[in-house]
Amino acid sequence: MGTSRWGRSLRTPLGACAAALLAVMALIAILAPVLWTGTANAFDTSAILRGPSPAHWAGTNNLGQDVFYQVLVATRLTAALALAATAIGVGTGLLLGTAPLVLGRRAGRVITAVVNIAVAFPALLLALFFAVIFGVGARGALLAIGFASAPTFARLTRTLSASVAGLDYIAAARIAGVGRVRLLTRHVLPNIGETLIVNATIAAGDALLAFAGLSFLGLGVQAPSYDWGKLLYDGLNGIYVHPVAALAPGIAVILAGLAFNLFGEAMARALGVPELAGGAIVRAARAGRGTRAGRGTRRAGAGASPGSAPSTTLPSTTLPSTAPPFSPTEPDDCVLSVRDLQVSFPGGVHPVRGVSLTLRRGEAVGVVGESGSGKSLTALAIARLLEPPAAITADQVRLLGHDLLLSPGDGVERHFLGTSLGMVFQDPMTSFNPVRHVGGQLAEVATQHQGMTRRQAAARAVDRLRAVRIPSPERRYRQFPHELSGGMRQRAMIGMAVMGSPALVIADEPTTALDVTVQREVLRLLKSQQAAEDLALLFISHDITVVGQVCDRVLVMYAGRIVESLPSAALAASARHPYTRALLAAVPSMETDREQPLAVVPGRPADPADVRPGCAFAPRCAFADDQCRDADPVLTSAGDGHQVACWHPQASPVPITLVSGAATPAATADARETT
Amino acid sequence: MSELRFEGATVWFGSRRHGHLAADHVDLVVPSGAVVGLVGESGSGKSTLARAAVGLAPLTAGRVLVGGQPVPRHGRRPVQMVFQDPFASLDPRMTVGESVAEAIPRGFPGGRASRRAEASRLGLLVGLPDGVVDSYPARLSGGQRQRVALARALAGRPEVIIADEITSALDVSTQGAVLNVVRDLQRELRLSMLFISHNLAVVRYVCDVVAVMRAGRIVECGPAEQVLAAPGHEYTRELLAAVPRPGSVLTAED
Repeated sequence: MGTSRWGRSLRTPLGACAAALLAVMALIAILAPVLWTGTANAFDTSAILRGPSPAHWAGTNNLGQDVFYQVLVATRLTAALALAATAIGVGTGLLLGTAPLVLGRRAGRVITAVVNIAVAFPALLLALFFAVIFGVGARGALLAIGFASAPTFARLTRTLSASVAGLDYIAAARIAGVGRVRLLTRHVLPNIGETLIVNATIAAGDALLAFAGLSFLGLGVQAPSYDWGKLLYDGLNGIYVHPVAALAPGIAVILAGLAFNLFGEAMARALGVPELAGGAIVRAARAGRGTRAGRGTRRAGAGASPGSAPSTTLPSTTLPSTAPPFSPTEPDDCVLSVRDLQVSFPGGVHPVRGVSLTLRRGEAVGVVGESGSGKSLTALAIARLLEPPAAITADQVRLLGHDLLLSPGDGVERHFLGTSLGMVFQDPMTSFNPVRHVGGQLAEVATQHQGMTRRQAAARAVDRLRAVRIPSPERRYRQFPHELSGGMRQRAMIGMAVMGSPALVIADEPTTALDVTVQREVLRLLKSQQAAEDLALLFISHDITVVGQVCDRVLVMYAGRIVESLPSAALAASARHPYTRALLAAVPSMETDREQPLAVVPGRPADPADVRPGCAFAPRCAFADDQCRDADPVLTSAGDGHQVACWHPQASPVPITLVSGAATPAATADARETT
Repeated sequence: MSELRFEGATVWFGSRRHGHLAADHVDLVVPSGAVVGLVGESGSGKSTLARAAVGLAPLTAGRVLVGGQPVPRHGRRPVQMVFQDPFASLDPRMTVGESVAEAIPRGFPGGRASRRAEASRLGLLVGLPDGVVDSYPARLSGGQRQRVALARALAGRPEVIIADEITSALDVSTQGAVLNVVRDLQRELRLSMLFISHNLAVVRYVCDVVAVMRAGRIVECGPAEQVLAAPGHEYTRELLAAVPRPGSVLTAED
């Protein structure tokens, strides 16, 4: 994996240029001293301090030596000194940076403190300081620049290794008795190595420049040997007479410095490719199906007229259109109406494949599915929070009769979305800005979208915080997100969602990060807000039990499609789709038989980059036959308010135990608390 | 397998003045061959207790004994641990087999090949498909990673295993499979196990004994059926009431 990423970095224009420059430089460094040392060092007293001529392209110096050839020959010494200084810096830095890990806490603290102090000094100042200690000359400059660059490298190593050392796999290795040195060489260094190499490359460029600087000051390489800095220093004496003698070594320094730095940059950019998250997408893109599909659908999404079905503009690689038979007439109190929503990424990755749903005022609808089922992307697509390269197409996305597909995405639309749609995200710690007061972030909604003054907005924010039952809202208004507990933060998030009196609230896994007790509080709050404001609630969760508790209707998603839609009350009694039934049976409850193994859904979730014909659940389904593998079932009616997309819907009730009245003491406790 | 015993275990984080008492004189016994469930909300000190048991968090007072002996702070611990986050608990640069083999004690007979064979055996034991031992963690699903972590814990020839929220980062569909493996292994190998979770339904399914922790203290401890059927402490009742139940409808609080 590592090698291929280095290879990719070299195939970018930036990487290719940098690599070519470095290769030329290496070639010159090897060959020039062999071929031209005589030419460069030959005195020609008849031609002293001449300007450029066909015989001497960059003129001659005060001894009549050819400056151009001197620059070429000096490449080796310059590069060697720069690399040696980098080696010293990186080596010392690595030792100092990893010492805290190997030596233990107390010694580590001392070393870290010393490094921190050293980092505070400017590198050039340190270099000058060391140059005085080590004496004037090439060796002195080498040691000076090497040691001067060590503190930054030590600091970098320390920071990187500390972040890796905090991970669970290091803890696991320590528990297993792996020694500190092996911990360092086997676990820490391989995981920070790539970043260190990139920085070492950039540091080599810096060292080269620093050498030129020191030699230029007369502290570096001394006559009769010469590097670019020395040549620059010599050439500068005659800069007004013939500038080329100074410019030639100057250009060499700039080119070499650029080569090193650009090479480092290119590699850094290659490393920036997220290894895990983007893996599937990158893999698919490289498979050569191209990015045209993505762009095509993007255009289709932006430009489709309301009547035209986007499936006609979709490339042929997309799935057959299986939009469920939805009644074209919408209910009067329809808040959200989505028809045949599709989300795709470049390279034929289709995480959402034709989702249709309708939400009425005051209705709570849950979307449930495993990770990767496309449920969160559906929510984000509706809220217009997806950015390219994600491409969204749909027959219709209407919020309160307002067509979100046709809207231009300007300020008017932002205000409309800002006031009619509220979002609650999974992690309240990351969905609030950590450096701003909670209240200010709530008030911003009102000043941005409702045209309130700051005073009015603040009053509204306090009122909303009170509405979500945050005690002493005036005080909490002025607190930072980290001063609130997780449950409190999620309450504030809900308060923010209802700042603009929205008609629709989308809650994306709002309680997954919370404890069960806090979860119940937050869910109740969501329900009470929904009832008080007559909101439509779109509730996304992987836990079918929670969805059943909160929502009126449940939509079960698998591989980007809705495979079943049914009233929550009917979940256990009449869930028909084998996947819905498997999900229901997989959740252990307080009544699960301890002697039996838990029901599991065999196999792995479908890969959105590899959608096969037929029912996506077929490979994991016990009832699948040839029909399932050939044709994808369409969502069809299966009774009162119940739709299922399955060739073999199961009729019997799901074998799970339900809570029945006050049979268990827990249920009595529950009843006692709610009354 | 032997018993794990916390005696007045106290963990204090931070400086003497601005500190935080994460575990407050905890007395808890995991009997040999039994599974003890530790429940409580986040911040109650469950994970701190676990880390103290493997020597990752220093004890301020009290002791942690395994089979009567204090747990060493260095070298191979007699207590092995499975962590919560399946994406942080395996080294991305090591194959699954290498990760498992690394935890095999130094005195294991035979050379490199026999360690590899042992890693494969453990992989099969936790239900990993053939060939997975040679792949890198990036290719594994969350559930498979937790199985690998379980195999690695077993490779350390532990006296006691601590499972710290091992299914809370998994989908419900995967959670069942991992819990089944834990249950089968425990019954087969008579493992002593401290099973930490905030999900009471999961704890009930796996554990014989349940301990309830709040604000660094154990507030209730007893046989699982007894604690869950007739909770003695107010907080236990609260936890029980909060478990989502299939078929019930959540009413808005008034």
